[in-house]
Amino acid sequence: MAVVDQSAAPVSAERSAARARKPNKLFRNLTAKIAMIPLVFVSVGVFVGFTIWTIVYSFTSSKLLPKLNFVGFEQYTRLWADRRWLQSIENLAIFGFFSLILTLVVGFTLAALLDRKIRGEDVFRTIILYPFALSFIVTGLVWQWILNPQFGIQHIVQSLGWTSFQFDPLNNPDIVLYGILIAGIWQGTGLIMCIMLAGLRGIDDDIWKAAKVDGIGTLKTYLRIIIPMMRPVFITSLVLIAAGIIKVYDLVVAQTSGGPGLASQMPAMYVYDYMFGGQNLGQGFAASTMMLVTVAIILIPWAYLEFGGKKRG
Amino acid sequence: MKLTTKLLAATALISAGAVSTAANAVELEVTHWWTSGGEAAAVAELAKAFDASGDTWVDGAIAGGGDVARPIMVSRILGGDPMGAFQFNHGRQAEELIEAGVLQDLTSVAEAGNWREIIRPISLLDACTVDGKVYCAPVNIHSWQWMWLSNKAFADAGVPVPTNWDEFVAAAPALEAAGKIPLAMGQQSWQSSGAFGVMAVAIAGQDAYLAVNRDKDEAVAAGPEYAKVFEAAANARAMAANSNVQDWNQATNLVITGAAGGQIMGDWAQGEFAVAGQTAGVDYTCLPGLGVNKILDTGGDAFYFPVNSDPEITAAQLRLAALLVSPEVQVAFNLKKGSLPIRADVDLNAANDCMKQGLAILDSGAILPSGTQLLSPDTATQINDLMVEFWNDPAITAGDAQARYAAIIAAAD
Repeated sequence: MAVVDQSAAPVSAERSAARARKPNKLFRNLTAKIAMIPLVFVSVGVFVGFTIWTIVYSFTSSKLLPKLNFVGFEQYTRLWADRRWLQSIENLAIFGFFSLILTLVVGFTLAALLDRKIRGEDVFRTIILYPFALSFIVTGLVWQWILNPQFGIQHIVQSLGWTSFQFDPLNNPDIVLYGILIAGIWQGTGLIMCIMLAGLRGIDDDIWKAAKVDGIGTLKTYLRIIIPMMRPVFITSLVLIAAGIIKVYDLVVAQTSGGPGLASQMPAMYVYDYMFGGQNLGQGFAASTMMLVTVAIILIPWAYLEFGGKKRG
Repeated sequence: MKLTTKLLAATALISAGAVSTAANAVELEVTHWWTSGGEAAAVAELAKAFDASGDTWVDGAIAGGGDVARPIMVSRILGGDPMGAFQFNHGRQAEELIEAGVLQDLTSVAEAGNWREIIRPISLLDACTVDGKVYCAPVNIHSWQWMWLSNKAFADAGVPVPTNWDEFVAAAPALEAAGKIPLAMGQQSWQSSGAFGVMAVAIAGQDAYLAVNRDKDEAVAAGPEYAKVFEAAANARAMAANSNVQDWNQATNLVITGAAGGQIMGDWAQGEFAVAGQTAGVDYTCLPGLGVNKILDTGGDAFYFPVNSDPEITAAQLRLAALLVSPEVQVAFNLKKGSLPIRADVDLNAANDCMKQGLAILDSGAILPSGTQLLSPDTATQINDLMVEFWNDPAITAGDAQARYAAIIAAAD
């Protein structure tokens, strides 16, 4: 009996444990899971479902209304033969490159300056963050006036006596992108500065003390110790800036509406113009799918490095 | 207790009143994109006439122009929340909505009002007609083929005001010498494309224009007549090089102030001159068809009525359709809007010189279908893209632009 009991006891314990474990997996934290159901449906439906819908319809010849008459890659062939689309991609690449670098550099520099325990920090922080409270439309219009040769910077400098001064970026196809860039950076650096400042404040004072004891200069401390420690903050800023670059639309519409000519066209404007103005949904969907693909090409390797690496290490 | 009874009684009375008025008068929401000063005054005339007939006009203006308003209207109709009536440019913009069966058939109103007899030109009604059924009520005619000249600018330059395009080209150096911009051009794509269309009618002639835009004949688009148009446009591009404005009315303002010699723009520019207090023939001169080919295209606006399940609203829609075409409303509306009426049997004595010139051309029958009637919005957008690039980039030669234009025409639907 005792022998039987001894051998049976572990078995039954195992069984009851298995019985208890099985419902455990599905029904553990049941309330939390039920609460999550709407979110799951919304994210699958809205983000994945609609994305797939858009991609499917980009292979059709839909005009004003979505219709399922497939035409293969015709919309994509036309898209990549279109001068305006190619110019838009080139513009976005130039704008994106400078916008990313300048926003990070300027944002970090401002944050580092504010972090030097200066007087009136609150005032400066407010002033620098203020443009972020304006919409891109307002930013665009304000800078359109500032850069207007008859009323803005050119006029002021000329009336100060330097009469040959020329600064008219918005009407010059060669430099119009930089005119937009100025406005974009003016608007965007405030937020990045705040995020960077928060990151700098999160660095322990002891690090600074240790660096001082070792006789490392301030600049070198920033470059070699502080910036590497702020990696997560930089990643966050990078994602925020990159998302802003890809979807840039209203700033350009307000400042130049894509002109002069096609010199400041952006992909998002192409999508909007063809979907609604041109009543050609298929073409607009094809263009927006290409924007998604571009984002995916950048994000997937990065996500793999950032999150995939941690599992192994 | 007494108060409650009183309140209840009052509520009952009010709701009874509301029900009884609803039985007679129907509230009809009308969406449109007429928001500038002159446009709003014109819409007020329509609303006044509709309210006077016993129904109620609920104004649903959408600011931002047709490109902003059209998607909003379409999504409301398709989303099952149709308005009572909406404004479109008649032509191919509503093609698919008619095919989808969401628009009200107005044939009975058109027959009762004898529209086929009275509407002039008849192409306006044809643009509303699909398979023998009428789907829209045209309200006005706007034409693109106008050039507006500043008398002051030419006086300052010491040359007489030109009477046609060639004289204008010849006078351009004198204007430049006097520090003027010869040709004012806004930099938006529809303006570049519109000005090119006007030059095509004037220089290549009506037959070539129709062969390209109506029959989509790419051989003509690549041919010698259109080569001349592209040469002239390249020339005009040089004359407009210093005109750094965006909106069409800013460009018109350059002409009004005498800073620019002229502008190629549709007859809606007239409203700007009127607001500035200028008189046709004294302060400014208008050249229909650039003074070369006096032909006008007949675009314009029309009202469409979405299908509704409520029979009372349907009845009110038909009443509004009949009202829009009636002579009194046509006169009141078009005088405010600065456009031409869609029927010949109305009296427009109050019209100014340029409007009268337009009416005379209309009566002589020298008319063309407009771009919105001939080209699908998709093709029009592609041409806009090409033209805005061509007008702003001197590196593109006339030949290159013509080859790309012919390719768009060849692929047009």
